[in-house]
Amino acid sequence: MHRDSERHKLFSRRAAMLGGGKALLLSALVGRMYYLQVVESSRYKTLAEENRINFRLLAPPRGRIVDRFGRAMADNQQNYRAVVIPEQSGDLAVTLGLLSKIIPLGDKDWRRILREAKRRRAFVPITVRENLNWGDVARIEVNAPDLPGVLIDVGQSRNYIYGSEIAHVLGYVAAVSEKEISGDPLLELPGFRIGKAGVEKVYDMQLRGQGGSSQVEVNALGRVIRELARQEGQVGNEVRLTINLDLQRFIAKLLGDESASVVVVDVHSGDVLAMVSSPSFDPNMFNKGLEQAQWEALVHNEKSPLTNKAISGQYAPGSTFKMAVGLAALEKGAITPETKVHCSGSVKMGNAEFHCWKRGGHGSVNMEQAIEQSCDVYFYEAARRTGIDRVSAMAERLGMGKTLDLGLPGERDGLMPTRKWKAKTFNEPWQMGETMISGIGQGYILVTPLQLAIMTARIANGGFNVSPRLVTEDGANEKPAMESIGLIPEHLQIVTNGMNNVVNGPKGTASRARIHETGMEMAGKTGTVQVRRITKSERETGVIKNEDLPWKERDHALFVGFGPVANPRFAVSVVVEHGGSGSGAAAPLARDILLEAQKLALSTPAPSEREAKTKRKEEDVT
Amino acid sequence: MLHNNSFVQSQMTLREKLAHMHWLFIILLCVTASVGFAMLYSAAGGNLDPWASRQIVRFALGIGGMAIIAVTDIRLWLRYAYVVYFIVLALLVAVEIAGFVGMGAQRWISLGVFNIQPSELMKVAVVLALARYFHGISIEEIERPSLLVPPLLIVAVPAFLILRQPDLGTTLMVVMASIGIFFAAGVKMWKFALVGVIGLASAPVAWFYVLRDYQRARIMTFINPESDTLGSGYHIIQSKIALGSGGVFGKGYLMGTQGHLNFLPEKQTDFIFTMLAEEFGLVGGLALLALYIIILFYGFSISLSSRNHFGRLLGMGVTITFFLYIFINIAMVMGLVPVVGVPLPLVSYGGTAMLTILFGFGLLMCVHINRDLTIGRRDSGDDY
Repeated sequence: MHRDSERHKLFSRRAAMLGGGKALLLSALVGRMYYLQVVESSRYKTLAEENRINFRLLAPPRGRIVDRFGRAMADNQQNYRAVVIPEQSGDLAVTLGLLSKIIPLGDKDWRRILREAKRRRAFVPITVRENLNWGDVARIEVNAPDLPGVLIDVGQSRNYIYGSEIAHVLGYVAAVSEKEISGDPLLELPGFRIGKAGVEKVYDMQLRGQGGSSQVEVNALGRVIRELARQEGQVGNEVRLTINLDLQRFIAKLLGDESASVVVVDVHSGDVLAMVSSPSFDPNMFNKGLEQAQWEALVHNEKSPLTNKAISGQYAPGSTFKMAVGLAALEKGAITPETKVHCSGSVKMGNAEFHCWKRGGHGSVNMEQAIEQSCDVYFYEAARRTGIDRVSAMAERLGMGKTLDLGLPGERDGLMPTRKWKAKTFNEPWQMGETMISGIGQGYILVTPLQLAIMTARIANGGFNVSPRLVTEDGANEKPAMESIGLIPEHLQIVTNGMNNVVNGPKGTASRARIHETGMEMAGKTGTVQVRRITKSERETGVIKNEDLPWKERDHALFVGFGPVANPRFAVSVVVEHGGSGSGAAAPLARDILLEAQKLALSTPAPSEREAKTKRKEEDVT
Repeated sequence: MLHNNSFVQSQMTLREKLAHMHWLFIILLCVTASVGFAMLYSAAGGNLDPWASRQIVRFALGIGGMAIIAVTDIRLWLRYAYVVYFIVLALLVAVEIAGFVGMGAQRWISLGVFNIQPSELMKVAVVLALARYFHGISIEEIERPSLLVPPLLIVAVPAFLILRQPDLGTTLMVVMASIGIFFAAGVKMWKFALVGVIGLASAPVAWFYVLRDYQRARIMTFINPESDTLGSGYHIIQSKIALGSGGVFGKGYLMGTQGHLNFLPEKQTDFIFTMLAEEFGLVGGLALLALYIIILFYGFSISLSSRNHFGRLLGMGVTITFFLYIFINIAMVMGLVPVVGVPLPLVSYGGTAMLTILFGFGLLMCVHINRDLTIGRRDSGDDY
C-alpha cells in the first residue's frame, strides 16, 4: 500500500505536468483562433467574398443604324441557340441523336460537342447550333421532355436587315482580334463583336455602348449559384444616316451583279441618299464567321465585291469631265459662248493625231453643242487654249482630286495633274498632248464616283461647294453652311443647257435615256473610258466593238446627271466597269435612278429637303 | 450511497454500478455529439442525409456499447489487456496482407457487414496494454532500462505497421499517447530527453526513407501553404479563409459561404471545426473548445481519483488520446500543424473514430465506477 501511494504521488505529479502541457497547447489554439478570427478577420472576409463572388460583364446591345427616315438598317436580332448541359442530359450521345432528328447535325458538330463536353465542367452549357429559326425553336421546345439537358438560349447578334443591299456603307461587325484589344474589358467578352468596316467601324465607339455587370455567387467549381446584383449596361447610341433606304435598295437591285457603283446626293445639302457598290456581299456572314472558302471567293472575285467602289474606285472621268474643262475655258475667256470649233473627226498635234469618237466629225460646234454631242475635238482645243493648271484647278473647285471627307474608311483622292505635279512625280516637262487628252478626261486624271456626284451637284446647285454628308445628328437636317465656288451664272447656264441637251436635245448622246413621265426630268453627261490602247491599224480597219472584247478590256461606262432640270434636287453618278458605253450602259441606269428618286420625293417628301429648297430659292433672289 | 471504501467493489450490483456512473460526463458527450449532428446537418446543406442521420445512429449504438463496457469489471480488462492488444495487432497485420485501399492508403479491413480501421482501435489497445504493463512494475523497477524494452516494443510494432499503411496522423497519435503514459508512469525525464535527441538525429533518415511522397508534400505544404494554392496548399488556405471570415460571431447557422459553396474540403470530416467556426465564429469555436476542456477535466479527475494504478494509467491514456484528437485536428485546420488526417472527436463524421473514442470512454467510465477498487501490483487479474 505504501509503495502504491508513492506511485500515486508520482503519478499525480506527472499528471499535473501533463495537464499543464495540455493547457499550454490549448491556449495556443485559442490564441491562433483569436488571431485568425479577430485580428486577421477582415482580410479573410475579403478573401471569402472574392472566392464567392464573380463579376460578369454584360455586353450592351449595339446601337441601331437607321436611314434618314429612322428606318432600321442594322439592328440586333434575338439569336436563338440550342445548348446542351451534359450533366443534365444523361447520355449525351443519345440526346444528340434525338436532337439531330430535329436540327441536322454534321459530323463536325458532333465531334466538337463531345470534345467540349469532355473538356469542360459538366454544368457548362455547350452550344449545339446558333441562329435557329422559329420552326426549330418550336420543335425543340415541344420535344423538350425527350431532350434532357437541351435548352434554348437567347442571345443578341447584329442583323443587317437588307444584307448586301447596303453592305458597303454600313460595313460589318466581326469578332475582336488580338490586336484590337485596347483595354475596354468588353472586347474580351467571348462572342463580342466590333465594327470592322464602314459606318460600323467609324462609329464603333458610339454604337458600342457601356457594358453592364452582373455579380454572381459561385461555388468552388465555378458553378453559378445565384445572381446577387445586376447593373444593366447602356445601350449603344443610334446612328442616323442620310441614306434613303428605298432608293438605296432600288439601286442595289438595279445594278445586280454588274461591277458598278452609284452615288446619289442631295444637291443642296450634300446628303448621300444612296451609295451602292456592286457586286456586294452579305455583311451578316462576317458576323457569323466566314468560312475559308467563302472568304477566298470574296477576295479573289475579279469584280472585287469587298471594295466600296463609290469611294475607293478611281477612274478616268472621260467625257463626264468636259463640264469642268468648259467652265475653266469660259472663266479664262479662252473660249466664249459663241466660239465655234470645227471637228473633222480628228486633229493633228505635232506628230500625233487626236481622234474624236465620231469618225466623220461633228462639223462646226459651240460649247453647248459640244457638250450635247460630246465632241472630243472641241474639248482638245478648249483644253489646249486653257492650260492644264487651270483645268485642274477648276476640277478641284468642283470637288475632284481630293478626298471629300465623307468619313468612311477607304476614301481615295483621285488625281488632278498639274505641270508641277508631273515635274515632281516624273521629273519630266508637261506635254501639250497631255493637256489635250486631259480635255476629254483621260490621261493622268482620276476621280471617284463620289467626286463625280459632288461635281454634278455643285454644277446643278448654282456653284455652291456642297460636300457629301452621310451621318446626321438626331435627324435634324440643318442646312450646312455653303460658299459659292465663284462661277459665273451664265457659264453655268451654258454647261447645264448642254447637259440638258445630252438627254433632251435632238442630237444628245443619251437621248435614248430620256424620261417621258410628265413632271420628271433629268440632265446629264455620258462618259466612255478606254481601258486599252487603240492602235493605228485597228483604227483603220475599224475599232473592235466592246461586245467582241474580253470583259476586262471593254470600256468603262460613266454617266453623271441631275434632276429635275429646272429645279435640281438630286445629283447622280454611275460608273459601270467595262460596261461598254456611257450612253448604252450607264445612262439608262441613271435615268431609272433619277426617276425613282423624284417619285420617292413625291411620295415621301422629307421636310428637310423642302426646307433646303426654299432656302436655296431665297438665296437665289438675293 | 451505501458504499464505503472497504467495500469490495467486485461485488457491486448492476444497479449500484449504474448509480456510480458519471452521468454528467455522459451528458457532456451527448451535447458535444449534438454539436456534431448540427454541423453535419449544415454540411449537407440543411439535410439530415447523408451524414447527420447515420452519425446519430452510430452515436446511439456507441454510447450503448460504452455503457456496457462501463459496467464490466475492470479486472477483466486488466486480465485481457494483452489479448485485446494482440487481437488488434493481428488485425493490423491482416490489413497489411489483405486490407483494401481507401483514400490512397491501405487502412481498412472488412468484417463482413462493416469495415473497420484497426489502426484506430490500436489507439486504445496500446493504452490498455501499456497500462497493464506499468501497473505490474514497481517504482524501483521502472528505473531499469531493460524493463522499458517490452513497453517500447508494444508501441513500436503497431506504430511501424500503421506508418507503413501509410497513416502518419494515427502513428503520431499512438506514439504521443504512449509517451504520455510512459511519462505518467514515472519514466525519468532524462530518458525522454535522450530519445528526443536520437529522434531528431534520425529525422533526416525518416524524411528520405520512411515518409511517402504525399506525406513529405503535406509537411512542405504546411511550412509554406501559399506555394501551392491550387494543390495541397488549397485546403489549408481555404480553411483559414473560412475561419477568418467567420469573425467573432460567425456568418450564422447554414450561412457559411466557404463550406456551402464547397471551397472548404472534407467539411464533414477533418474540417468540420472550420465549418463550425465559420458559421458560429470565435464564440462558437471557443464554446466547443470549452466543452472539450470540461470533458478533459473530468477525464483527468477520474484518472487521478482511481485507487488502482491500472485505472489511473488507463484513464490518463484515454484522456491523452482524446486530447491529441482535439489538439491535432484543430491545430491542423488552423494551419498550426500539417494536415495529417485526424478527425475532431465526437463531431467529425466517421464510424471508426466514434467507435474508438466511445470504447475509450467506456473504459474511462469503468475506471470511474471501479475507482475505489484496489488491485495489487502483482495481481494481474488472473486470480482475484
